[in-house]
Amino acid sequence: MTPGQHEAAQAEPARAGPAQLAASAAEKVIGDLTAGHRAVVVDSPPGAGKSSLVVRAARTLACAGEPVMVVAQTNEQADDLVDRLAAASAAGSQLLIGRLSAQDYVVSARVGRHAGVMVATDAAALSGCLVIVGTAAKWATVKARTWLFPWAIVDEAYQMRSDMLLRIAGQFDRALFVGDPGQLDPFSTVDIDRWTGLTWDPMQSAVEVLLRHNDDIPVRRLPVSWRLPSNAVPVVAEAFYPFSPFVAGTRPGERRLSFATAAFRAGPLDDALELAAETGWALYELPPRHTVRTDADAVGACAALAARLLQRGCVAHSEFAPAGIDVSPDRIAIGTAHRDQARAVRSALAGLASAGPGCSVPGLADVTVDTANRLQGREFDVVIVLHPLSGRRDATAFHLEAGRLCVLASRHRHACIVVARAGIPELLDAYPSTEPVHLNVPAKFPDGWEANQAVLAALAERKVTVR
Amino acid sequence: MSTLTALARAQAWSAGTAQRVALVRHVHLAERPLVFVPLALAGEASAPLATMVGDDPDSPRLLVVSQPRNRDQRFAFVAELADVMVSYMEGFCSVAEEVAAGRDETRPRFVNAPQVVVPNQAAIGFVRLLGRSTRFRRTTGEFAVGPAVPVLGRWLTYLAERTEHPGSCLLLAATEALSRHWASGQSELEDLNLAALMGWIDPPPGMTGEEAAAAAEDPVLSPPAGPATDPGFDNEVLESLIEACSRADGDAAASSRAVAALERALAGQLVPTWRLVWRALELLRALPEGASVARRWEGDRDSFTGYAAYLRDTGLPQPRRDGAVAAARRLDWLERAQASYAAERAFDDPLAMAEYRMTGEAFAGLVVKAEPDRLDHSGKRRKLRPLIMVETTDPVRAEVGTVMTAVTRQGQSARVVSISADSGDAMSAENGPEDGAEPAGMVRIVLELSGGMGRSLTAAPGSVPEVGEWLCYSSLTADYQRPWEFPPAEETPWTHGGPPQPYVPADEDAVEEWS
Repeated sequence: MTPGQHEAAQAEPARAGPAQLAASAAEKVIGDLTAGHRAVVVDSPPGAGKSSLVVRAARTLACAGEPVMVVAQTNEQADDLVDRLAAASAAGSQLLIGRLSAQDYVVSARVGRHAGVMVATDAAALSGCLVIVGTAAKWATVKARTWLFPWAIVDEAYQMRSDMLLRIAGQFDRALFVGDPGQLDPFSTVDIDRWTGLTWDPMQSAVEVLLRHNDDIPVRRLPVSWRLPSNAVPVVAEAFYPFSPFVAGTRPGERRLSFATAAFRAGPLDDALELAAETGWALYELPPRHTVRTDADAVGACAALAARLLQRGCVAHSEFAPAGIDVSPDRIAIGTAHRDQARAVRSALAGLASAGPGCSVPGLADVTVDTANRLQGREFDVVIVLHPLSGRRDATAFHLEAGRLCVLASRHRHACIVVARAGIPELLDAYPSTEPVHLNVPAKFPDGWEANQAVLAALAERKVTVR
Repeated sequence: MSTLTALARAQAWSAGTAQRVALVRHVHLAERPLVFVPLALAGEASAPLATMVGDDPDSPRLLVVSQPRNRDQRFAFVAELADVMVSYMEGFCSVAEEVAAGRDETRPRFVNAPQVVVPNQAAIGFVRLLGRSTRFRRTTGEFAVGPAVPVLGRWLTYLAERTEHPGSCLLLAATEALSRHWASGQSELEDLNLAALMGWIDPPPGMTGEEAAAAAEDPVLSPPAGPATDPGFDNEVLESLIEACSRADGDAAASSRAVAALERALAGQLVPTWRLVWRALELLRALPEGASVARRWEGDRDSFTGYAAYLRDTGLPQPRRDGAVAAARRLDWLERAQASYAAERAFDDPLAMAEYRMTGEAFAGLVVKAEPDRLDHSGKRRKLRPLIMVETTDPVRAEVGTVMTAVTRQGQSARVVSISADSGDAMSAENGPEDGAEPAGMVRIVLELSGGMGRSLTAAPGSVPEVGEWLCYSSLTADYQRPWEFPPAEETPWTHGGPPQPYVPADEDAVEEWS
C-alpha cells in the first residue's frame, strides 16, 4: 500500500479535539458503506476504537435490514465482538445476534449472559439473525452458496491470510475490512518463494491481496489512539506508522502512575519504575553479553520488575479514574519474542511468588506472560517487554520484524518498560536488513531495521543502566 | 538450528567426526535410484555442459555438449538425456496394484516409483530450470525439438515441484538427505559442499573429519559437485577444449579427437561426485528405515501414478505460474504435509522427539497411577474415561485441556486434566543454572484417556497403560485431515482478481527468452 492511498493527513489536528477527529473519521467510514464501493478498508493504529467501529457498522447495516456476516480471526475475538454487539443491542434497538461456532466450542461467560444471542454450529439455524459472527475458519466450512450476504465485516483483516479470504469471499457481495497494518503479518509453516511477486500470493494478508486486485477501494484511517498515552503516541507513530500519523486521545498528564510506597533504597529496579511512571517509557539496560534465548538475567529482570511494581503498590490515574485505581496483576503483561522465553519468565515469576515469608508477592502468577503473537489485540496498564534482540549475536528477519516490536510496544495504557542487554544499536549496525527485493512486490513500510532504530533512539533518553 | 543440533555440531567438531542426529532413516531409498550429476556452463543460466547419469554405479552414462552456447546441440543433449530419464520413468509405469479409495472403490497405484538423486540443492534448482526451459518446446514447426524433449521437461518440472512437498523422496539432494541424519562440525553453509560433508561423515582412513573436509575444499583434488564448475578448470582446461571442438568443426577425425578430449576432462570433473553420491546412498542405506517412511513413499507413488496418468491423458505442460486457487490449494497441501512429516519424524525417532521434549511440547515418563475403570457420568450416557498419572522430569509446557497422544498408543487420545510440580523445585528458578534451563523437578501429569479401548464400559485388556509403563506423550498428530475446500478456479472471487483466462497452449509459448 502506498502512502498516496491513504487519505491526506488531517489538516488541522491541533484545532479539533481528538473526540471530534475520531467521530468524523468514523462518520466518513459509515458514509462510505452507502457510497457504492465494493469494499472499504479501515486502517487503525493500536487502540483506536476498531471494535467500536465494527459494532457501529454492523448495527448500521443490520438496522437497514441487510443481514451482516462478521468475520473474526479467533474465537476470543469473535466472543468479544458478540459481547459488544449484544450490549449495544440491549442499549439501543434490539437485534438478534448469531454466533456461528465449531463443534467443540464452549460458550464463554461473556456470550452466555446475553439473551439476544443465538449460538449454533449450523449456519441454517441462524437464519433469523441479522448479525452473524464467526471465525474465518468456521465461515470457510459453510457450504458454498448457502448464503450470499450483501455485506461482510472482516475484523483484524491484516492478520488474515489471503488464502483464507479466498475461501470465504464467495459468501459476500461487499465488505468492510478493519485492521491494524502495523502488527504482525500472517505467516506460514512452509518456507517457499514460488508465489513471490504474484498478486494473489497466498502468504500475504487479506487486505494486501484485496488492494492489489481492486485499485479503487478507499482506504480510511482512524486518527486517534485511545489506548496509548500521549507520551507513547509520538514514538509508536514515528517508528511504525510513518505515513499515517495519529494522535493520542488523552492530554499530557492525564494518564500517570504513582506508587503507594516510597522506595526504601533506590536501586535500578526502582529507578526504572520511577522513570516509567514519569515518562511512560523506560529502558532497563543490562550489561552487554551474548546469551542464549532464555537469558537468565534478562528473564529475571522482567519478573523482578513486575514483582517490584506490585510490591510498591502502583496506582494508575486516567481520564476515567483521575483519583487513581490500583494496578492489579492482571493489568500487567510481560511480552517476549519466543515461547520458551515466555515460559522462562513464567517460571521466574513462580519462583518470586513463593520466595519465602515476607518476600512473596501475592497475585504475581496472574501477570500475563506471552509472546507478541498472542498479545496481539490485547491491552494492559503496564507492559514489560523483553527486547527481541537482547543478547543476540545476529539480527534475523524474525527478530527485526517491525510488527513484532510494534505489538510489544503498543499494548500499554500507561507505561512500557523494555528490558535489554546493552549493544543492540551496534548489533543493528552490524546487521543491516539484507532481505532481497522482489519484482512486483509492493515495498512495505516501515522497514523493521529502521523501526528498531527509531524505538531505540527514543528509549536512549529513558535509560537505566544496570552494572 | 535447534539446541540439540547445535550440541551435535559442537560434539562433531570436538570428536573430529560427524554425529548422528537421527536414529533411523527418514528417507525412502529406492532399490534402483537414478543418480544424476549435472554440470552447467558458467555465465549461462541452465546451459547444460555435461552430465553423468545412470542407475548402475559401475556404468554411468556420460553426456557432453561440445558447444554449450549452440542451441541445437543443447537440445540434442536434452534429447539424449530424455532417452535415459524418460525411459527410466516409464519403466515404473507397468506394474500397478489396486488400493482402496473410499467405499467399494479402488484405484491403481504403481508398485514402485522412480527416485532421482542429485548431489545438492543447486542441482535441484538446475532440474527445475531445465524443466522450465524444455517443457513448452514444440515438436513441430519452427525450432522443433525431439518428441522426448518436452516430455522430459514435464517430468523434470514434476520432480522439482514434488521436492517442495515435505517428506517426499522422488527427487533427493544427497547433501540434504545426509544433513537430516548427521551433524558435521562445520557450518550449514559448508555442508552444502557434498565432498566436505562426506569428509566429516566418512573420512578416509587416517584422517579426521576436519582434515577430510579441508582437503575437499581443494577443487583439484575434489572438483565441485556442480552444477557450477570450478573457475580454474573453466579457464585452464575447459575453454581451450571447447575452442578445439569449435575449430575442428567439419573435420571428422579432428572433431572426434577434440570431443574425446573434452569428454575425458569433464568425466574427470564428474566421476568423484558420482562416486560420492553412491557412497552417500550406501551410508544412508545402512541406517534402519523409520516406521512411517513406507507410508510417505506410498504418497509419492500415488502422486507419481496420478501424474503419469495425467501425462498420458492430457499432457499439457505445467503452467508457468499457479493461479490464485491453485496457489492457495498447493499451500494447504504443503502445510499439511509439513505438519504430518514433522509428527511422523518425531514418532519414528526418539532423537527427533527429544527436540520436542526439550521445548516442552512433549514429555516422557513412567505411569505411576492408573484408574482403568473410571467412568465419566457427566453426559447423558456413561463413558469409559480412564485416568493415568505420569511422572516426568521433562519441562512440561502443556496446558490443562491439551489433547495429546502417546508415541506407542496412537489410537488413543489423552487430555491433560492437571499438572502438579513437586514443591521442592520452586526455589530453583532463581538459583538455577546460568543458561536459564528449566529446573529439573518432578512433574506429575494426570491424563484422561479416550479411544482405542473397545466398546464396552470396561477397557479391553492392555488398552490402558499400566503402572510402570514408560510413555512419551506429545501434542503432535499425524492423523489424516481433510484438505480445505476452495472455490473452483472459474469461480475465483473478485477479491483475488476474478476468474482467470483459461490456459490455451499456443505456439508463442515456445518463443521466449530462456537462457
